[in-house]
Amino acid sequence: MYQSFQEIIDKEKSTGSLFWEIVRDNDCTEMDLTKEEAFLRMQAMYEAMKSADASYDASLSSASGLVGGDGERIAVARRAGNLLCGSFLGLVMEKAVKMGESNACMKRIVAAPTAGSCGVVPAVFLSLEEEKGYSTEQMVKALYVSAGIGGIIAQRASISGAAGGCQAEIGAASAMAAGGAAFLLGCDGETIAHAAALAMKNLLGLACDPVAGLVEVPCVKRNVIGAVNALTSADLANAGVRSKIPPDQVFDAMRSIGKALPEEIKETGKGGLAATPTGLAFKESIKGF
Amino acid sequence: MLYSSAIYCKLFLRGFLPIFPNPAMPIIPYYKRRDKNMNSFDIIGPVMVGPSSSHTAGAVKIGIISRKLLGSPVRKAHVFFHGSFLATGKGHGTDKALVAGLLGFSVDDQRIPDSFRYADEAGMEYRLSGIDLGDVHPNSVKLLLYGDDDRHIEVVAASVGGGAIRITELDGLPANFSGDYPTLVVNNLDQPGHVTEISSMLGHKSINIATMQLYRSSKGGKAVIVLECDQEVPADAVRWLSRLEGILKVTYLGLSDGDNA
Repeated sequence: MYQSFQEIIDKEKSTGSLFWEIVRDNDCTEMDLTKEEAFLRMQAMYEAMKSADASYDASLSSASGLVGGDGERIAVARRAGNLLCGSFLGLVMEKAVKMGESNACMKRIVAAPTAGSCGVVPAVFLSLEEEKGYSTEQMVKALYVSAGIGGIIAQRASISGAAGGCQAEIGAASAMAAGGAAFLLGCDGETIAHAAALAMKNLLGLACDPVAGLVEVPCVKRNVIGAVNALTSADLANAGVRSKIPPDQVFDAMRSIGKALPEEIKETGKGGLAATPTGLAFKESIKGF
Repeated sequence: MLYSSAIYCKLFLRGFLPIFPNPAMPIIPYYKRRDKNMNSFDIIGPVMVGPSSSHTAGAVKIGIISRKLLGSPVRKAHVFFHGSFLATGKGHGTDKALVAGLLGFSVDDQRIPDSFRYADEAGMEYRLSGIDLGDVHPNSVKLLLYGDDDRHIEVVAASVGGGAIRITELDGLPANFSGDYPTLVVNNLDQPGHVTEISSMLGHKSINIATMQLYRSSKGGKAVIVLECDQEVPADAVRWLSRLEGILKVTYLGLSDGDNA
């Protein structure tokens, strides 16, 4: 995969290929696939996200009992017109929480890039598709854009909470979704890169401090901020707002911040929310076999 | 130390390593190396049953690979969870995931949350407990598995992130492979000639060796050779190998679904 936005932007300019085509063509080489096969594989991922969204079950609760039913609460409030954010952002919030809850309740999801952040990309993509009526083909292309961004982040920084904190999970997912949304708005590679960078800058340094070490609190609800942040970042970039720090340097900063974060807030369950009296009490109540 | 240190033959053959390990050279744990280039489906994917790629999907995969290594359906399993698997496994469904893998379920199988019931139905006995395996990866597990025809196997494995796993010990001897390649594990007596026998057989079958590791309990004692290959090793070749003098046991892990007994 590509290690910098600059490489992709340069290639876009020199070959005339689009961002998503450049990412897909690299897969074709790496995985020995035809262009059609690669596209169909990504389409299968998108379909899996859709069916995961559709199979949300509000009656389930997670092993610890900390998670379940919130997606339905948001849906009820949205249908009643009780959300300040309005119907579209309400839908994004609802889908983000639902997917995170499905994951915590052992339902089938698509890690994007991780299981803990699995709600961000689908919340943005599925809501945009419903709202704006994009074709499935457009959505799959956008998913390729997100994958390319995730690849850059994985190589320049990290997509693991244990290695880089939550910025590497919710942050990375948000940057990926922002770039995908920018593509759907018709943006070129450079604007896509800025959308991703603007999204990441808002989430730099985010602690990974899950209660009892489980992918539940605060992970599930953080999918909301990742998704909403992606949409605002895509809008900013599309409006011509630029990250004053070049995108590749933003992700280099993410790497150095990830290294500097203390171990206690890198998925060890030892610091932050996990170390609160309530967090510790939950941990005691569910350990062992 | 009980065992001689691992020799990574591929690196050695490429001239990256001297014959004797250079103490000045940092040894990178095998599980931290990237042995394939990333693609888009490492980012978008896998499709999996939640909640955790390492504690759930990785545990399923450890079960699947261990079942394949046993070479028969699992009749009895004793599973010992270590470290983070022990501390957070219950909340992550690591126990259900591992049992699901032992039943041959894939990481996206929606039956995973109910795997205990399926194990009871299949007549698979299982016992789950905790253990301290010492200085190993925090997401480690030890499995004692019993199958048909007196088959049994002892596996230590680690879930190393993103659903990727490593088998770190097999039948009491160290190992280090991912299960992403067709893998041949040969337990043999530590005597000259076995590496040549195996590599010439593989060469004869046009099978390329991706990685190769050698370990032994003591000089002239029991040894194990682990080979990750780029192509599948045919069953007749595995049988031929197992009949050679000085070869104690041959375990083959193919990529195809199902059991390769």
